[in-house]
Amino acid sequence: MAYEKLVPEPTADTKPFWDALHEGKFRLQRCADCKKIRHYPRPVCDACYSMNAEWVEASGRGTVHSWTITHHAFHPGFKGDLPFTLLTVDLEEGVRMQAQARGIDEAELKLGLPVKVGFERVKDDLTLPVFRKG
Amino acid sequence: MSLHEAGAVTGVGETKYMRGTDRTPVSLAMEAALNAIADAGLKPTDIDGLIPYGAGAVAEDFVTNFGIADLRFSATTPMGGASAVASIQCALAAIQAGICKHVLLSLGRTGYSGGRIGTRVQQMPQFRTIGEFEMPSGAIAPPQLYAVMARRHFELYGTTSRQLAEIAVTTRQHAIMNPNATMQRPMTIEDHQASRMISDPFRLLDCSLESDGAAAVVISAPDIANDLRKRPVLVMGVAEGHPDSPSVISQRPDITTLGLAKAAPKAFAMAGVTHSDIDVAEVYDCFTYIVMCQLEDMGFCKKGEGGGFVENGALGINGRLPVNTHGGLLSEAHMAGMNHIVELTRQLRGEAAVQVPDAEIGLVTGYGDLGDGSIAIMRRA
Repeated sequence: MAYEKLVPEPTADTKPFWDALHEGKFRLQRCADCKKIRHYPRPVCDACYSMNAEWVEASGRGTVHSWTITHHAFHPGFKGDLPFTLLTVDLEEGVRMQAQARGIDEAELKLGLPVKVGFERVKDDLTLPVFRKG
Repeated sequence: MSLHEAGAVTGVGETKYMRGTDRTPVSLAMEAALNAIADAGLKPTDIDGLIPYGAGAVAEDFVTNFGIADLRFSATTPMGGASAVASIQCALAAIQAGICKHVLLSLGRTGYSGGRIGTRVQQMPQFRTIGEFEMPSGAIAPPQLYAVMARRHFELYGTTSRQLAEIAVTTRQHAIMNPNATMQRPMTIEDHQASRMISDPFRLLDCSLESDGAAAVVISAPDIANDLRKRPVLVMGVAEGHPDSPSVISQRPDITTLGLAKAAPKAFAMAGVTHSDIDVAEVYDCFTYIVMCQLEDMGFCKKGEGGGFVENGALGINGRLPVNTHGGLLSEAHMAGMNHIVELTRQLRGEAAVQVPDAEIGLVTGYGDLGDGSIAIMRRA
């Protein structure tokens, strides 16, 4: 069956993030000069304005900052997933990321809940991050 | 130098608000604009500045349809639902600089009959980052993106869905008394609580409408505003504010604070008034929670106290702060806040369908594009 959900269109600035996910690795972009980690990937470091970037392996560990449980499909591709939980997570590295939750009951959700990044290969050329209990 | 009373609203106009039409956004925008221009007692060719919203009618459409021979100022304010009120600041700056005398703000849309608002968001360039990193996980539409802000507010401060229901119910009460509001059926707290969940904690009745129609506002130089048809409404203070991490909510240090928190102190200082001077407030209401959050961000109550502030009909026509007296985006029509400027003007002229007795000073806010904010404080002349 064709994959009918929205897909990322990586650019030169963001491709290393997606390539790493597809290899089962969670990498974040870091300023090659002042070493500040930033997410989502972008061309300039807001601390020192360097445009030199590098990619570092991240722990994938974090805690829940907030969430929503979606019951309405705003895109036909997600109809079969309803309801699904979107977590906004504070990563250990000091940035946040949003992704779907896996294996976490609604009753367990609370601010500060420990979670860990997981990898879901959704099509031949795409792996999406998810969060599981940490 | 400031923009304090650098311009006045001299004309307002609308179309009938609908959920279903064969007409084009351009046709709707022209009708509302002609109504606003006639309300001011001007001719269409008197318009020498244009700030249209969105992709409906653009400046060229007005020049062509009105035969404007010498358009002197044309701009857009790309801030989503904060655009209409931010346009007031833009208009005042152009007027004060002597570039033009009568600026038309316009919005026309077929949000119900044309491309539905929810699915259009993913194509907007300002959402490029979430388009790549969040939409593939299913975080696509505003109710989902903003529900995350509301959930954190609930968890930190004990805010409840019943408190948000108060906003929906009060707004509906106003709409029922306004003949141009599209939602005319009474709503109770229980109706709200029984409405289907869209993206927790937002239920259907926390969400604004998708509407067809148009609204327009004429802003004129203050020295000529007094000679026009209606009593002018002077802009005392105006500002826009952009949140940290403006294009990605998830990366914002405090996801319970909006760009309005930066704009409101500037607007109040420029206006030279305090919160207790505000007789009526038209507050951008794409979602109930966004109303509550803006009341906090403007300082009507402390952060975290918005839930208690809106209880017991506090936002009703006879409450401590009458809010969205026309029925807002929740129950009148989603005109991206241009209808809020129209309503504030009518309140301060004393000609609103649901009139706050003797309203002298009021404010209007805009909110959009994941957190941008705008505010104008006005008084009757």
